[in-house]
Amino acid sequence: MGQRSFIEVEKVSYSYPKGQGQEEAALTEVDLTIAEGEFVAVLGHNGSGKSTLAKHLNGLLLPSVGDVWIADMNTHEEENFWKIRQMVGMVFQNPDNQIVATTVEEDVAFGPENLGLKQHVIRERVDEALGIVGMSEYAKAAPHNLSGGQKQRVAIAGVIAMRPKCLVLDEPTAMLDPIGRQEVLDTVQMLNETEGITVILITHFMDEAVRAKRVVVMDEGRIVLQGPPADVFQKMELLRKLRLDVPPIVELAARLRSRLREFPGDLLTVDEMVTALCQLRSGI
Amino acid sequence: MSIEIRDLTHIYNAGTPFAQDALKNINLTIEDGEIIAIIGHTGSGKSTLVQHFNGLLRPTKGTVRIDGVDLSQKGVSLRDVRRKVGLVFQYPEHQLFEETVWEDVAFGPRNAGITGEELEDRVRRALKSVDLDEGFADRSPFELSGGEKRRVAIAGVLAMEPSVIVLDEPTAGLDPRSREDLLGQILRLHKERALTVVFVSHNMAEVAKIAKRLVVMENGGIAMEGSPEKIFVDSEKLQGIGLGVPDMTLLMQRLRERGWSLPASVLTIEAAEAAILEALASKETGAKSSGAGKGSSKGVYK
Repeated sequence: MGQRSFIEVEKVSYSYPKGQGQEEAALTEVDLTIAEGEFVAVLGHNGSGKSTLAKHLNGLLLPSVGDVWIADMNTHEEENFWKIRQMVGMVFQNPDNQIVATTVEEDVAFGPENLGLKQHVIRERVDEALGIVGMSEYAKAAPHNLSGGQKQRVAIAGVIAMRPKCLVLDEPTAMLDPIGRQEVLDTVQMLNETEGITVILITHFMDEAVRAKRVVVMDEGRIVLQGPPADVFQKMELLRKLRLDVPPIVELAARLRSRLREFPGDLLTVDEMVTALCQLRSGI
Repeated sequence: MSIEIRDLTHIYNAGTPFAQDALKNINLTIEDGEIIAIIGHTGSGKSTLVQHFNGLLRPTKGTVRIDGVDLSQKGVSLRDVRRKVGLVFQYPEHQLFEETVWEDVAFGPRNAGITGEELEDRVRRALKSVDLDEGFADRSPFELSGGEKRRVAIAGVLAMEPSVIVLDEPTAGLDPRSREDLLGQILRLHKERALTVVFVSHNMAEVAKIAKRLVVMENGGIAMEGSPEKIFVDSEKLQGIGLGVPDMTLLMQRLRERGWSLPASVLTIEAAEAAILEALASKETGAKSSGAGKGSSKGVYK
């Protein structure tokens, strides 16, 4: 690889045609660099441009102005098209729209089959992918009998079977119940930590963004804030102005900090809050 | 308008090898003017249950009474029942089909034979209740944002002027602001029109905010029932059922396990803050009076 980072979004602007020759700007001069193996969450309300940005990361959309580079390949260049698609897998919101076959294993095999791989290689990849997302025992099951979380894990397996280096998930849990959300997020986190897959998670759930190493906040097609979750969530006023929720634990921590001496400022989870409070109490 | 469910059992594909118990012996009364939430994870039976409220599904066993009238009796007009009990399905915006917002909202009442000024009135009122101004009337529903589309779909049900509105996962997939707006509109309708609201959800924080009574479903039965304060106290049971509890409730539970004395009914950030500060203060007073708190004379407070 050359001088560039794994993913480089360089001064990208994008406008959707609005009819009658008019255009609507969805991205304006976005710069973003993502290293291989990172876990980045992209936050923003509906219409902030986060999904448009996601679709630029595997060439589903091409910048009106600017460039997107994936592993040194420019998405504008047609010859890179399939390589980029294989390298960056996408998972969308509605699992029902992403499942095409009548059994789970056939569905996961769909991508590798299209690559023209040998039968035994496809078999290997399907088994491995289903193993990774914990769905091996459902290989022969009909997808429509699965829960939402299971369907979404099958969709992820279908992407993993392509052996991507990067997974872009666009609100993958929006349609799931709490169990389903947990299943999918645990799977995503595990893929990042043990398989080393770069993860870009588009979400508007703050408690999901807490799991990432870096949070990127978007508004009106621009990146307005980025950094580690603990830093980003301290900017409560700004987040509220951007119509985003602050995680309840972060807000409680801020309130307690204004009343208590030496209360830590970087609490994100219930467990961290319990530890901090118990330490404080044992000092009394 | 009250809904009375007695010994309701529903079996899908009854009498075939694919028979599946979806509801088992449900007893539930929803009073006129109530705002109630039905929670449970996917497959717990909550959507099956609410589809009995307006006769979309018929009980395999048991009865559903709306204002005392048994829906399974001969001569009961399900059309009338559906006019009184409006059901908003999950992702109702998928059911928009007309060319303009106005036409889409007018579709139901027009089919019910309402015309002229009354139709105009109803559509205008329905759009207003979901905060869509007149400028939206001539727009195509397909060029609206997700949150706006959903509000148009809900307006379509409101234009039938039901006495009960049942909303199945009304905020799923919306961003925080649209969620908040929609919840506000539902609460306002409940207050202004004395509308009975049945709210199906798996978002516990949301449910805690809006409903006065919760019904928790598991495996086709009612597992728990009562006020949010009462239900969330038993967070272990809720977690066992596969439902999360609001972060504040979870925090209080963990602290109690570590020996803190805290009230059980904490749902909000404000209440949690007050409870924690009070617990720390009473520890401090205790430590001072027993003389055990050496080195902490300056206290933990600012």
